Amino acid sequence: MSDKPFLRMDNIHKSFGEIIVSAGVTLEIEEGEIHSLLGENGAGKSVLMSILCGILKPNSGQIIYRGKPLNIGSPREAIQQKIGMVHQHFMLVPNLTVAENYVLGQGSPLRLIRNMNEVHARIRDMSERYGLDVQPDAVVEDLSVGEQQRVEILKVLFHGCDLLILDEPTAVLTPQETDRLLDLMRGLVNDGKTVIFISHKLDEVMRASDRISVMRDCRVVHTTQVSDTSPRELARLMVGRDVLMELPHSPCEPGDTVLSVEGLSCRNELGLPALRDINLQVRKGEIVGIAGVSGNGQTELALALSGLLPVDAGRIELAGRDITGLSPTEINALSFAHVPEDRHKMGILMPMSLAENAILERYDQPPFMARGLLQRQKIAAHTRDLIARFRVKTRDENEPISNLSGGNQQKLVVARELARNPDFLLVSQLTRGIDIGAIEFILQEMLKQREAGRGILLISTELEELFAICDRILVISHGEILGEVPPDRDRLEEVGLLMAGKKADQKDMAAVGH
Amino acid sequence: MTQVEQGGRGDAASRPYFRMGRILTGTATAIALPAAAVAIALLCGAVLLTLNGFNGTDVINVMLLGVFQDMRSVSEILLKATPLILIGTGLCVAFRCKMWNIGAEGQLYAGAVAATLVGVSFEGLSPWLYVPAVMIAGALGGAFWGGIAGYLKVRFHASEIVTTIMLNYIALITTSYLVTGPMKDAGAAYPQSARLLRESWLPALFTGMRVHIGIVIALVLALALYVFLYRSSAGYAMRVVGINPHAARYAGIKPGRNMISAMCISGGMAGLAGAIEIAGITHRLYQTISPGYGFEAIAVALLAGNNPLGAIASGGLFAVLRSGAELMQINSQVPQVLVLVIQGIVILSVVAFAAFRWRPGRKS
Repeated sequence: MSDKPFLRMDNIHKSFGEIIVSAGVTLEIEEGEIHSLLGENGAGKSVLMSILCGILKPNSGQIIYRGKPLNIGSPREAIQQKIGMVHQHFMLVPNLTVAENYVLGQGSPLRLIRNMNEVHARIRDMSERYGLDVQPDAVVEDLSVGEQQRVEILKVLFHGCDLLILDEPTAVLTPQETDRLLDLMRGLVNDGKTVIFISHKLDEVMRASDRISVMRDCRVVHTTQVSDTSPRELARLMVGRDVLMELPHSPCEPGDTVLSVEGLSCRNELGLPALRDINLQVRKGEIVGIAGVSGNGQTELALALSGLLPVDAGRIELAGRDITGLSPTEINALSFAHVPEDRHKMGILMPMSLAENAILERYDQPPFMARGLLQRQKIAAHTRDLIARFRVKTRDENEPISNLSGGNQQKLVVARELARNPDFLLVSQLTRGIDIGAIEFILQEMLKQREAGRGILLISTELEELFAICDRILVISHGEILGEVPPDRDRLEEVGLLMAGKKADQKDMAAVGH
Repeated sequence: MTQVEQGGRGDAASRPYFRMGRILTGTATAIALPAAAVAIALLCGAVLLTLNGFNGTDVINVMLLGVFQDMRSVSEILLKATPLILIGTGLCVAFRCKMWNIGAEGQLYAGAVAATLVGVSFEGLSPWLYVPAVMIAGALGGAFWGGIAGYLKVRFHASEIVTTIMLNYIALITTSYLVTGPMKDAGAAYPQSARLLRESWLPALFTGMRVHIGIVIALVLALALYVFLYRSSAGYAMRVVGINPHAARYAGIKPGRNMISAMCISGGMAGLAGAIEIAGITHRLYQTISPGYGFEAIAVALLAGNNPLGAIASGGLFAVLRSGAELMQINSQVPQVLVLVIQGIVILSVVAFAAFRWRPGRKS
């Protein structure tokens, strides 16, 4: 490490009232490196970067940037210092074009309107240089999430930056888009930029970085060269204990078929074909995974199974009973539970309390309802039970669920669904947007359910999660199941090929559907 | 960051009520906010009056003290509060289900017409049967009128804001037609219906005063709707639909059915208010039986944070202001336009406070 680092954040303290969000953080960044900040949700990564960008002011501590103390009070000053940040939630105006977004708030509006052609030319130029594929006249709301992110990155470069901060950029990306982003980061560094990459995904951090700083409890606990560490060590540093990336479990002893899907086809909400001739079975005591790049029919599969999307053709059987075409109300009454892929859109009611969320599908069933009235004591007791069993971090059952972290919200959803004692559990994107501690806990819980003889269909874009707990993995691409792979890490590449839409050999295909 | 940070107290009213303490904070906020809004509005009013050459503080004093000067004045306030509380609490239910019912005025008229039809028709019926029959007719009339907008929304995705406003015109103009034509009292010079049969009139609360048992009905129903929204499973389903229709469908709750029900409940409350105006005060159907209660009640519900208990307080406050405005006009020679301006200021400050309450909850 050189004597004069490019950037040094020294003993940064920050608190909001009694809540400490940065407890004496010291971080050194060298010029021209990709430096990853790794940590669970709430470890203080985003706060630290907000301080660096002038969005938050530290209570104490010093920032040395290019050998001089850095004292900035606003994001605008950060831009002047050539520090740029791409936020987790994009800061773009959806109904303006890319170019209009770029000139927004930059100097005199009159002058900029005159120079719009120049702006367009510059955007095209830069886009080509970094291989970003950004069209200056595209309207932001028409772009996919991945495209919007490239627009954000180019915006920061457009405003001129030497230090680029990416806050959880891969959270919204498909695996291919992630690969592309990691390549782009490397390209930027080769071009002389410095990148700070915030993530809680170990594999990406290992692949992308030069150096890694691990944050825990609002401190940097360790900084290391990527070559000197391993995912296992990083995971341990992140959570302060060993994370079982390999969750030990007994061999699968499947029982009767609990879910059987034959020739299922359906269209998405826009009326376009989304699923083609899906065949699969889930037996009691097994976890079947559906792997795939997001947007390949997983959403529709979950909706169709739970009665939320009309079925064009095929047959769905739950424990031998034909449930094709039943309404969600009717399916809910059966031994079926569903953890939806987007908990904010479907799984929880943000302004409501944990207690009110805990009874979502059973609000009109005893013991939670009697004579038309909600039985508040019973609901509260039930919720407290779920909170205790799943170690949901909350004040009490009356706290609005919006106050909870994503991991704790998801724990409550999983707890609620499991409390229905279902024979069959449909689980979508179980660990999306939640921290590693909660991921491990929830995956362990899935394994317990499997031991208890339940059949689980786990739809996920996270291969790590699928390989950790599944007994069989089916790969979906363009609405078709292309093959089945056992959860053997040596065959990861095979899954990757199938996800990319490459059909397996005939002999592998024979295994599909069993 | 840990999730220590809590939302502001202003959020309390939009939160669940699973404990007595919560009800108290929720309801206290629901009362404190309207009070603050009115105080600010009166202050602005006083300044405005002073600028126009009146003694502002005196006028406001006269208005505030005057409305409470004797039992008769209080009786008049209660008369005005009755429809505002009824309609306001009904709108709380619709708004909680995210049905923006702007049509309470029309639903009130629909209820008044239905109540009048029943009230003039059945001679010799006992008051014990007749009064409830008129009330039920009014509620059904309003519920039908509100239900139309609900059905159009669910079946054809027609914006309920637009349809309810259109239905207002239909109801008002139909009422005018009825009292000048088919339902016109044969002997009368003015457009009015025949008089309701005496057995169908709402009994007075105290002898010698106009206030009738309508206010009791309003208070009981406000309480009932509070229990419905926050304690019953049907009310829970309606709130779930209002918060997130996707989650509702996932949970097996049918959004459409709940949206129509919410419109029927709020329409029914407005229709009941119409029936109470007819059976309690006018005893006849006129072209203009409501001075815009259906619109004012929107502000009543918003100020109450869509909490039926809060709507009792905010409905009462709007009634006080209405009475005060009348007094101001009579006693202080303040021109009517200025009274309207002050009313406007009240509504504006109400909206401002409602916006303050509706600040989206912060995430930790």
